[in-house]
Amino acid sequence: MITHKSILPFMVGSLFAISAATTAQAREQIKIVGSSTVYPFSSSVAEELGATTNNPTPIVESTGSGGGMKLFCKGNGLNTPDITNASRRMKVKEFEMCAKNGVTDITEAVIGFDGIAIAQNKNSAPLLLTKKQLLLAVAEEVPTADGKSLIRNPYKKWNEIDASLPDREIIIYGPPTSSGTRDAFEDMIMKAQTKKMDVYTSLYQTDKVKNKGYKKYHKIRQDGVYVPSGENDNLIVQKLDKNPAAIGIFGYSFLMENDDKVSAARIEGMVPTPTTISTGTYPISRSLFFYVKNSHRASVPAIDQYVKLFMGENMIGNDGLLAELGLISLPDAQRTAIRASVMQHKKLTLDDLTNK
Amino acid sequence: MSNYSGSQASNPFYDPSLNKRHFKAKAFKSFSIAAIIFSISFLIFFLGDMVYKGLPAFQQSYIQIEVTYTEKTIAFTRKAIDRKYRKVVSRAWLRDIPKRVKANPELLGTTQMTWVLLNHQVDQYLKGHYYKVKAKDLKLIQAMQEQGKIELHFNKIFFTHGDSKIPENSGFKSAVVGSILTLLVTMVVAFPLGVMTAVYLEEFAEDNRWTQLVEVNINNLAAIPSILFGLLGLAVFIALFGMPRSSPLVGGLTLALMTLPIIIVSARAALRSVPDSIRQAGYGLGLTKVQVVQDHVLPLAFPGIMTGSIIGLSQAMGETAPLIIIGMIAFIPDAPSSIFESATVMPAQLFTWAGMPERAYVERTAAGIMLLISVLISLNTLAIYLRKRFEVKW
Repeated sequence: MITHKSILPFMVGSLFAISAATTAQAREQIKIVGSSTVYPFSSSVAEELGATTNNPTPIVESTGSGGGMKLFCKGNGLNTPDITNASRRMKVKEFEMCAKNGVTDITEAVIGFDGIAIAQNKNSAPLLLTKKQLLLAVAEEVPTADGKSLIRNPYKKWNEIDASLPDREIIIYGPPTSSGTRDAFEDMIMKAQTKKMDVYTSLYQTDKVKNKGYKKYHKIRQDGVYVPSGENDNLIVQKLDKNPAAIGIFGYSFLMENDDKVSAARIEGMVPTPTTISTGTYPISRSLFFYVKNSHRASVPAIDQYVKLFMGENMIGNDGLLAELGLISLPDAQRTAIRASVMQHKKLTLDDLTNK
Repeated sequence: MSNYSGSQASNPFYDPSLNKRHFKAKAFKSFSIAAIIFSISFLIFFLGDMVYKGLPAFQQSYIQIEVTYTEKTIAFTRKAIDRKYRKVVSRAWLRDIPKRVKANPELLGTTQMTWVLLNHQVDQYLKGHYYKVKAKDLKLIQAMQEQGKIELHFNKIFFTHGDSKIPENSGFKSAVVGSILTLLVTMVVAFPLGVMTAVYLEEFAEDNRWTQLVEVNINNLAAIPSILFGLLGLAVFIALFGMPRSSPLVGGLTLALMTLPIIIVSARAALRSVPDSIRQAGYGLGLTKVQVVQDHVLPLAFPGIMTGSIIGLSQAMGETAPLIIIGMIAFIPDAPSSIFESATVMPAQLFTWAGMPERAYVERTAAGIMLLISVLISLNTLAIYLRKRFEVKW
């Protein structure tokens, strides 16, 4: 009877003890975290590594770019991730956070581009937008007609923004704040324009502390016209399928895979295609990255193989596997240069991040 | 007495509000019926949709072609088949050629007529879904179909493989194994802890302010959103105890915290339903309190305790929110072999598939849902069976 009762605390205790022991050893399995945009590419490479070598398949967790950086920069311990994916470059703040926790030897790899598609129901009349019109449709505050002051965004229909646009309700399904796609959209459509528009920046000049947000204004309206739709891009595709008036913001690969339901709106006259994205003529595209923690290379030997496989022509090349999944390859020269620097485990410095 | 609303004149007991009350009763009844019809039709619609979408996933298309096994084709697996088939067969199947030869060395140096897995686009075409296949390849497929060289086979891969980025190569196995390991940990921790807590509170503890406080807190705990348990798991098990992230150990412990209050509450109810006469009779025969509880009360309450625990477990099985936080929602294709390795669970796998761009994952998601729901239904049926079979009516 007594043995019966004492077995439970013993069992629980031993669970704790064993778990503490396992985390201290070297490990075979690579751990990868980070951006949900890079996740499909990263996990494809991971699967390939598991299937074609004797290494266990790396674990790829989709935490978002920012979440990945947080985990990655926690320290050099083996219970921290080896690699983090990002759909934007590492921020200086994040580099400093890494350095503070002793993660100083990091290699940066660029794998290619991703286009952000502005899509709509396939059966709707094609929408031709400029970046400015898009900004006016999503910003919380917009310039008045005379362009001298800001008012809350009054636009409910596209033709109120510009008479050349259709008489159609503005309704936009887009990514939530946690998403790297949202960051990229705010950067390329909003900040890039508002930082040059006096009506926003003059407010910043008058009070640099209170009006800090107007330096590069990127506040998205919250009156129900812009609907944050979760990290699941399939959901946005479904919404567009149901609502012919709506437009959606998501990654190019989802546009490619659902071209029976949705089509791209033209931005500055361009539609996203592999060519327009890689040459930069399509205005909303971004680079995709991953970062390697070099201090783990000795204890997790598979990292080198994974990186080599990822940077190989079979993966990120023009006809590589990842191109089929929607990754847009880097131009040839740039690809060769990046590959060389990644293979030499070039250490990322603060200067790299500040002088672009 | 049956004619309540008889003629006013002849009936001295006529109550003028009677008609109104009858109408109210009828309206109430029809509202209840409408509610149940609504929920049943919703359920039928949902299940029907899942079955309709999911059934095709249990079959996968194969093509019968010649495969050459030589040293060269092992090195460059694409060359094992005729060039014209390269765009229609699965990359995953070709990738596994070296493994296949390793397992059957006699294949080397031969050319075999084999059923080869087709890729997901062709598979979607054959199943009548939206597809993207070039006209040239489509012609080839149609020609092969006429010769009877394309067949739909039972989809073994779905049950023997883990997740994959190649849709036709993806399966549910690692998620099932992960769920089993996770629930094992949950059960081992939550069941004894929960039952012992309930026994103490019900049989030994005095009814004072302190136990009342504990009781209120347990009931509160049962109502806490599960995501908070995930945060707790992250802070305590991973950050403090340094347990491996994404492992069934952490997942199981987190879910155990979530299941504990359910088990405690149901176990207490079961213990309470054992009549006091049993205890009194035991004391009357000179048994100690431990003997009464262990040999009489607990066995009698056991069916009720089991029912509550199974329902708690099936709830834990369908839980995803806390597992996002502790990293169990990730690309983990290899089935875990211990509770310390990284693993994913069934609902997490569904969540991952639902977010994939390829269309072929739609049917796999639905098939996974069918599997998960059938496991849950069988668990709940087991709970009902146990209750009916062993319950003692007093």
